[in-house]
Amino acid sequence: MSTGIYILAFAVLLAGLYAIVAKKNIVKIIVGLLAVDYALNLMLVLVGYRTGGTPPILVEGQTPAKLAAAAVDPLPQAMVLTSIVIGLGLTALMVALGIRLYERYGTFDTNRIRRLRG
Amino acid sequence: MMPFVPLLVILPLGAAFCVVAMAQVNWMRRLTAPLAIAAVLANLVISAMLLGFGDIRFFVGGWGPESAIGIELVCDGLSKLMAVTINLVALVAFVFAVPYMRRFTKVWLFDSLLLLMIGAMNGVVLAGDLFNLFVFLEIAAIASYALVAFGCEAEELEAAFKYMVLGTVGSAFILLGVTIIYSLTGQLNMAMVHSLLGKVGPGGPAVLLAAALLLSGLALKAAMVPFHAWLPDAHPSAPAPISAMLSGVLIKASGVYVMARIVFNVLGASDRLAVILMAMGTLSMLIGVLLAVGQWDIKRLLAYHSISQMGYVVLAIGAAAQVASRPSPDMALAGLCLFGGLFHLFNHAMFKSLLFLSSGSIEQQTGTRELKKMGGLARRMKVTSFCCRVGALSISGVPPFNGFFSKLIIIVALVLAGHEVLAALAVFVALVTLISFIKVQRYALEGAAADDRAANAVEAPVLMQAAMVVLAVICIVSGLAIVPLGEHVLGPAADALLGAGRLLSTGGAP
Repeated sequence: MSTGIYILAFAVLLAGLYAIVAKKNIVKIIVGLLAVDYALNLMLVLVGYRTGGTPPILVEGQTPAKLAAAAVDPLPQAMVLTSIVIGLGLTALMVALGIRLYERYGTFDTNRIRRLRG
Repeated sequence: MMPFVPLLVILPLGAAFCVVAMAQVNWMRRLTAPLAIAAVLANLVISAMLLGFGDIRFFVGGWGPESAIGIELVCDGLSKLMAVTINLVALVAFVFAVPYMRRFTKVWLFDSLLLLMIGAMNGVVLAGDLFNLFVFLEIAAIASYALVAFGCEAEELEAAFKYMVLGTVGSAFILLGVTIIYSLTGQLNMAMVHSLLGKVGPGGPAVLLAAALLLSGLALKAAMVPFHAWLPDAHPSAPAPISAMLSGVLIKASGVYVMARIVFNVLGASDRLAVILMAMGTLSMLIGVLLAVGQWDIKRLLAYHSISQMGYVVLAIGAAAQVASRPSPDMALAGLCLFGGLFHLFNHAMFKSLLFLSSGSIEQQTGTRELKKMGGLARRMKVTSFCCRVGALSISGVPPFNGFFSKLIIIVALVLAGHEVLAALAVFVALVTLISFIKVQRYALEGAAADDRAANAVEAPVLMQAAMVVLAVICIVSGLAIVPLGEHVLGPAADALLGAGRLLSTGGAP
């Protein structure tokens, strides 16, 4: 199961990268970037996963050593929280830029949003 | 001295939030710029003071060195050099921005975003573990995307969107690299990762993948060829003080500095990584300058030159890594390569910011960025054209300005390391740089004015002149003061990279 999930997460990452590289619509590029973000967060959480592990919360009567042996790794979860918030900021900025671009150029087509050359 | 280290990050971040709060009250809105300048000035004073002390490690939140998961701020020689560079250019850019930004509305947004970027860049150079490095990198990047789009004109938005897409892909690669390293070693602290990677084996496929991802992401942040496509659009479209900050500090702090840190202090200098760095550096040098020479937009020309000069720095760092990874490493030679590269990094921050600020001043007074529409500015804008000339001579490597010394050291170090062809290419690139700046001088400063507005241009406001003169003086002085600079600032910086594991080793005495 574990390798399968990693491969799936990597497939989402590649799908997102494909959307960024190949799509000509700004909204689709934004969705591709979101897919890349999600795939990265998923992989980060998977790194800390332990099959049959418990949530990393100390229950009554449990010693820290037992918790460390039975729980999933909490550090990637902390990293993912930060990463999700960073993704939130990026999404907000990207969508705002997309809206402003539509106001200025009248289109979402990157073939027509091409005044800067050379 | 220790409690002052996190102040480098806290002061700009706190000032950024205070600026947003102050801007809601009408009479306080005019005080946002002085507050911002005060915060950055305090930062500069602290980073200058820190130069005198040895290596400092600060554990956030009181977690001591025994715990392996605390957040650590590391202030070694390289961090101090970068901190001084960042805060100096930031102060000058802020002073320049006070009169320049009068054409924009909501200048408090600009102040707040720029303070966020400065605080985040200070955080990047102080970060002691990989994930905080990534977080600060992202803060600086997001602030810079918004700043590039600040004018909200069509071209600025297009440039900002392109920059944002590519920058996010680069950050995604960096995060993926950090994830793989975490899954291999279970640690994020840079020193611990270094020692654990030594045990895992530096040649394993997972480490190679992580290294490849990290280097690609960072090369994109540093605008190395072939990841440079965003820079020629983003840097000209930004307002002039932002162009100076982006070209002068951001590509260095979030690109080249992190690359050097990761190659030397985390992954360990190996021949493979060194060859990649040298190849990227050489390509960037050549392609950057050849594309620059044909540009007629002054800021686009300067942007392409940024790519080329960063190529010099990355080439020098790669050469140092290669020398350090030989079976019998000549540490003195590696130190010389690093000395040249880091000195060029500092010098480039100075003269590129100076050039962008003077181009901003020219743009404001003549209303154009096209070289063919300017002319004769040397007579009408004396201070601006003097500073522009100083910047152009420095970047071309003319003695006694600072660019000459750093390029000379890089070329000599390359020859001593056995790469004569690369040294010859570096000399060729310096020549083409000189040619392109002679072109700038000829069309912008000499000759007859081609346009009505250029014919009636007057000198820029006093604050803008003051900002440019400060940088010009530093360009002149830092070339002549190379010996004390080398001893107190650059030497410890090179040692911090080469003596890997010496400072950053956790637990036990360094």
